[in-house]
Amino acid sequence: MIVTAMDVYKLLPKTNCGICGEASCMAFATKLSEKEMELSLCTQMMDEELEKLKNILAPAVSEVTIGTGDKAITIGGDEVLYRYELTYYNPTALVVDVSDDLEESELEERVKTIKDTEFERTGEKLTLDAIAIRNKSGNSEKFVETVKKVKDANLPLLLCSFNPDSMKAALKIVGSDRPLIYATTEYNIEEMAALALEYDCPITLFIPNDLDKMKELSNVLRSKGIKDIVLDPGTFVDAGIGDSLDNFIMIRRQAIEENDEDFRFPIMGVPAVTWISSKEDKVTTGMREATIAATLMNKYADILIMHGADIWELIPVLTLRQSLYTDPRKPQAVDPGIYEFGDVNENSPVLMTTNFALTYYTVEGDLKSGNVNCYLLVLDTGGRAVDVSVAGNQLNAKSVTDLIRNSGIENGVNHQKLIIPGLAAPVSGEIEDESGWEVMVGPRDSSGIPDFLTEKW
Amino acid sequence: MDKMMQLLKLLEKTDYIEINEFRMDFDELEFHLMPAVQQIVGKTREESIIGKEVIPSTPAVGEFVPPVHEYPGKIAEVQLGAGTRQTVYLGGQRALYRFEEPQPNPPVVTFDVFDIPMPGLPRPIREHFSDVMDHPGDWAKKAVHDFGANMVTIHLIGTGPKVMDKSPKDAAADIEEVLQAVDVPLVIGGSGDPKKDPIVLEKAAEAAEGERCLLASANLDLDYKKVAKAALDYNHAVLSWAITDVNMQKTLNRYLMKEGLKPEDIVMDPTTCALGYGIEFSVDVITRTRLAALRGDKDLQMPMSSGTTNAWGSREAWMKKDEWGPTKYRGPIWEIITGLTMMLCGVDIFMMLHPLSVQILKEIGDTFTRNYLTTKVPDISEWITQLEG
Ligand code: SF4
Repeated sequence: MIVTAMDVYKLLPKTNCGICGEASCMAFATKLSEKEMELSLCTQMMDEELEKLKNILAPAVSEVTIGTGDKAITIGGDEVLYRYELTYYNPTALVVDVSDDLEESELEERVKTIKDTEFERTGEKLTLDAIAIRNKSGNSEKFVETVKKVKDANLPLLLCSFNPDSMKAALKIVGSDRPLIYATTEYNIEEMAALALEYDCPITLFIPNDLDKMKELSNVLRSKGIKDIVLDPGTFVDAGIGDSLDNFIMIRRQAIEENDEDFRFPIMGVPAVTWISSKEDKVTTGMREATIAATLMNKYADILIMHGADIWELIPVLTLRQSLYTDPRKPQAVDPGIYEFGDVNENSPVLMTTNFALTYYTVEGDLKSGNVNCYLLVLDTGGRAVDVSVAGNQLNAKSVTDLIRNSGIENGVNHQKLIIPGLAAPVSGEIEDESGWEVMVGPRDSSGIPDFLTEKW
Repeated sequence: MDKMMQLLKLLEKTDYIEINEFRMDFDELEFHLMPAVQQIVGKTREESIIGKEVIPSTPAVGEFVPPVHEYPGKIAEVQLGAGTRQTVYLGGQRALYRFEEPQPNPPVVTFDVFDIPMPGLPRPIREHFSDVMDHPGDWAKKAVHDFGANMVTIHLIGTGPKVMDKSPKDAAADIEEVLQAVDVPLVIGGSGDPKKDPIVLEKAAEAAEGERCLLASANLDLDYKKVAKAALDYNHAVLSWAITDVNMQKTLNRYLMKEGLKPEDIVMDPTTCALGYGIEFSVDVITRTRLAALRGDKDLQMPMSSGTTNAWGSREAWMKKDEWGPTKYRGPIWEIITGLTMMLCGVDIFMMLHPLSVQILKEIGDTFTRNYLTTKVPDISEWITQLEG
């Protein structure tokens, strides 16, 4: 369901009083429909309209928050089935499990790995979001001991046990931190629902491969007044992945197209089950787990529990998340102008690239990892890559000369040498003529910059 | 063809150490990505809907009814392989998902084989094929016999004027060699040279007369009429390649159909941008293409292909970097997830390099032909305690 600015505007007071901080009601309506402002900022609303607006602004998939404070994560919130129609909201939360029967040192090491997992690409640090503590022992004391230790990691928690006693004991320790309860099933629904209400925590409904029953029990939870629900219809590996995909897709269609209240919740996948009785080696199993994670993320998983914590397995999953959740409405460009790397002085080299985001961040990454000290001039090519903007004439003698003149680089350095990307070589001569600067043609791939500078600068 | 450009670059670098093998790929990828950025961003929502699929009306409260849509359109079924070949069918879908109606044919993977030794290929691939790279026939045989390939793509890279400038006649001889060596259907690819490819493909098509190969590719930058004619004259299908642009794809398909090809003779390549290098543009374009087709757009009702091999150009797949873990694992997984993401948007045939990637992708693709709730699924009801470690 896509809400248009017009839908919203109709219900606003239309007085353009400006209290919300926007110049007009229409401007406010636009921001609201794009989820860029809070409805409460308009203090002029009548009750009836307010209720109606709240209703139409509520996302098709409700948002569920896990954890508290600045580490809290929010999942769900989607409005569309296909990202091109609008965008996907709230990137899939990636969670790694720890078992409550690990040795103390193993546990510490695993928690540290989870916390430290970080992969930087295109200027963004990609990390894991939460820890799932698994009541593997079945013993509530062991569970509590582990919960106490993992609590200090300061990441949102998922408490995984089908045993209401274990769950209750754990909630006594961390119940105020809004952990996600995993899970209620058809066998423990009364006790688990009571705990969710008592501690005001979100709860997962785990009903493998039976959407009839899932709908029925989701309705039971809702009728008890529980609002924060996560649905786990079961993750099946091997040929079973077909059923998992069907279930995920049907749940999301019900939410978005049918407005089926029982399914308007975030969906959980558990790629970790890949490791149960896997007959393959560790590496292949890890690849399969990442494959399952990617499959479900492509089709609406809002939160995933993984078991493998090797970085090579997580990198592709983190990357896919970053890709799928970019906003298709926003141009992929960075601000043009002058950027500094490392310690620069009047003798530092001056490099140039374009403002296409993927290009810029790749160059930036290479300059940083190579510990290069330099200036980087970023040319506004309307978000086009180097070779494309050479072909399209956005990167030409005049635009580069203007960049040199307007960026202030002439006051920053006492030389007149510009290093251009290898792919811009065809225009090096004309840039020289127009700008009066000496132009050096750099490497075609920016990973060659550090070596290039060592050799030629 | 984008893949070809990259591989050409690889060739120029054959005596570099591993880390340099793919130096230029990123630029190439960007190049192909850009039209996506310019043409797709900003008009993503103006999709023309011809006849929207029918969404069933809301059921009585409390009852779950599977949300099955009815679609006015149907994807053409393309036959590959005839004569001395086995046959493989692509497409034929009448629905988006298998719970609506399982697809009649599973997605197919075609193994990349080259007409010249490719020392520039990533090490995890060379490992498997270094002993057969001197002969495309042996290479194809290994792909089929050792790795269960249903299809083989023979890339006539050596015909590139800047590569070895092999003649169209040499190309025809290579095709004959591969035809002799294996009996699976072939995709025949050129070198990526827009002038020479149509001539090479014509000769190759003649050499494979009646075998129903897929000629790769026809696009707006070359003499697509020649390629279409070669397909018609010698009974082949054509790969219609557009760069992440639904309208360009429609135009090209229409041109090809004007030449006499039917939807059953065309496979589309809407361009696969690799994971992390614009894959989201491919996701959007391929999703829109398949939806438009099912909703009745006759210009887009053909199966789709993915040059999944593009994934190997991504730094994460090949660059040595200890903190990312072994490249040996990263390469195949990058290829799998790139292909898988395309498959979930509706792609029917995948050009791939690594045996394990092929196997894992095929396993998931095979589920697309089965009915919902007819597979025996593992009991995961106690996964919390079942999972070791
Ligand atoms: S505060 Fe409300 S009434 Fe005033 S301009 Fe903003 S939206 Fe309009």
